[in-house]
Amino acid sequence: MEQDWIWGLVGGLLIGTGGAVYLLANGRIMGASGIIGGLVDGSGRSSASERLMFLAGVLLLPILLYPLYGHVDTHVSTNPVVIIAAGLLVGAGTRLANGCTSGHGVCGISRFSLRGIVATVFYILAGGLTVVFFRHLLGVI
Amino acid sequence: MRLLYAFIAGGLFGAGLFVSGMTDTAKVQGWLDVFGDWDPTLAFVMGGAIIPMAIAWRYVPGRKPLVGGLFPEPQEPKVSRNLVLGSTMFGAGWGLAGLCPGPAIASLSYGGVWHWVFAAAMLAGMALAPMLRVALDRTVPAE
Repeated sequence: MEQDWIWGLVGGLLIGTGGAVYLLANGRIMGASGIIGGLVDGSGRSSASERLMFLAGVLLLPILLYPLYGHVDTHVSTNPVVIIAAGLLVGAGTRLANGCTSGHGVCGISRFSLRGIVATVFYILAGGLTVVFFRHLLGVI
Repeated sequence: MRLLYAFIAGGLFGAGLFVSGMTDTAKVQGWLDVFGDWDPTLAFVMGGAIIPMAIAWRYVPGRKPLVGGLFPEPQEPKVSRNLVLGSTMFGAGWGLAGLCPGPAIASLSYGGVWHWVFAAAMLAGMALAPMLRVALDRTVPAE
């Protein structure tokens, strides 16, 4: 679709506004991996209800918007090895690095954080090389 | 109020991920794939998200969050082994599946079974991360 970039920009502004609300109202950095990971490893037990409410919003709004779209194809891989390996890498990697696209990318870059910028460079480079290797050389994704 | 604000922030985040198309793995992989039919959407999403956040950060110095407490301290500009290694691992997984943690949650209601498999593996990876940290410190005592 030709208007994809407009929806990308609109969606991006919504994401950034969500991050601004989380920061200015609650004083927290909106990082998806940190919010989820703190529940998984117990490090965020004291703020568990805040984390769960955030995730409820993330889960619920697409449910409300979905009927307006009718059908959304996510083109996700159905190769179990690819999906499980990818999930493990995303989970372990984001926790090791203390952030992902939202925390290091959106929240980090916008405050000119060196760590956020370095993380973003590395995950984009690794992502690009992975797609080139597994798509064009091996043909598995 | 803290819980309501968290829900509003999460709702904006989820709505943004949904309308931007970032739960479509083909759009993410299409952006990463510079040798394929390149899809610029992700750059607009990132750029769009950084604008309100940059404005919010400008408001922070000398003020307090609405619910009280303190804003996060500025980070020490220290690039660690774990930051580089973890981000590289994350990027590899991101490229493989086209999903990162936010969209992985946002797409659970409509993405189908493979999104649940991905999310389960991601949670397992998150649970394993503390052990990975310890193992890394033991073998490569860097930092």
